[in-house]
Amino acid sequence: MVDTDNILTVNKLTKHFKDFSLKNVSFRLPRGYVMGFIGPNGSGKSTTIKLILNLLCKDSGQINVFGLDNLEHELAIKNRMAFVFDENHFYEELSIRDMARIIAPFYRHWEPQTFEKCLKDFVINPKQKIKQLSKGMKMKFSLAIALSHGAELLIMDEPTAGLDPMARSELLDILATLIQDERNSVFFSTHITPDLDKIADYVTFINQGEIVLSAPKDDILEKYGVIKGSCDLLDEESKRLFVGIKTNQFGFEGLVRDKEKALRRFRGLALLEKPSLEDIMLYTVRGEHHA
Amino acid sequence: MNIIIANSSPEPIYQQIVTQMKNLILKGDLTEAEGLPSIRILAKELQISVITTKRAYEELEREGYIETVGGKGSFVSAQNKELLYEKRLRVVEEKVTEAIVAARNAGMEREELLAMFKLLLEEQ
Repeated sequence: MVDTDNILTVNKLTKHFKDFSLKNVSFRLPRGYVMGFIGPNGSGKSTTIKLILNLLCKDSGQINVFGLDNLEHELAIKNRMAFVFDENHFYEELSIRDMARIIAPFYRHWEPQTFEKCLKDFVINPKQKIKQLSKGMKMKFSLAIALSHGAELLIMDEPTAGLDPMARSELLDILATLIQDERNSVFFSTHITPDLDKIADYVTFINQGEIVLSAPKDDILEKYGVIKGSCDLLDEESKRLFVGIKTNQFGFEGLVRDKEKALRRFRGLALLEKPSLEDIMLYTVRGEHHA
Repeated sequence: MNIIIANSSPEPIYQQIVTQMKNLILKGDLTEAEGLPSIRILAKELQISVITTKRAYEELEREGYIETVGGKGSFVSAQNKELLYEKRLRVVEEKVTEAIVAARNAGMEREELLAMFKLLLEEQ
């Protein structure tokens, strides 16, 4: 069955290593939207991305891109997608212009004009050598390449790691421009969640090789809540409402999965705040450590 | 057209957009048949997700404030302003009735309630 609504579908993906396993990873990204893939370091984000790109062999499961099997139709898929990695994968000694000349023939739909326009928009000097570029510039160069072959799906592994706030904001702007075309989608992993708090439509959260949740970001942020109050509000029963609790001498702070339910118990007694994705990630990861 | 998003507000972002657009329409700042920004442009400009702006437009559509024409975008509904104003009056009526019931249940006197209402009005 060809799945046209979802641009990326991962189903029961499993991969075992000696000391780490990716277990039954499933999620789907509808066409036209941005999905953030979050989780602590070593949770399996990069492994999942490498499996999608067929840079690693899966043990079992299914990956579809544009509704096509990622192994069977690898070439066709890669012509229509782009990836940006955290690390530099270009020849350090070459200039921007020469590097692009090497890459261009690999793509069926290379658009020289688009590439020139990107360089101009991103203020990149084509004569500069790759090794002279700052981290932010390298990322923008990768994006220029990505945007110049009509890619419909952009996959990025930790694109914001090591970027200063200016470069991060520029990146988010470029992504927002990319999805002005409703056929385009973006999938990016990150452990810096404030970036996602802004533009992501969907969030998939992975921890220790397993998906914790995958849902529209607004739904997640509306369901969860952070409760703050005095420690004597906590007893065995009320503690069960929490994903994780942090106490100190002057009170507690905890994350609840069902804000409404918690409100029924704590209304007027404790403070309810909007959670950030960071809260959800921190409490969930720590909560498991406590158990 | 101005839309200001408060990140610190407990009100969900989509709801903030809905409220502000309703106000713009009722005040006549956004007029009938005037094209609204696409959900994607609005998302980009406000630096929020497309799903959020989509939900706001869907809500406005459901309440009859705007209409979406496939391929052409969204527009302010041709519905007359009086009707929309009526709708809002009804919402206020409901809320005030709710307050009256709550006051009665609490055993408040009529004069007490009126005094409270006046006091709160002045404080606003």
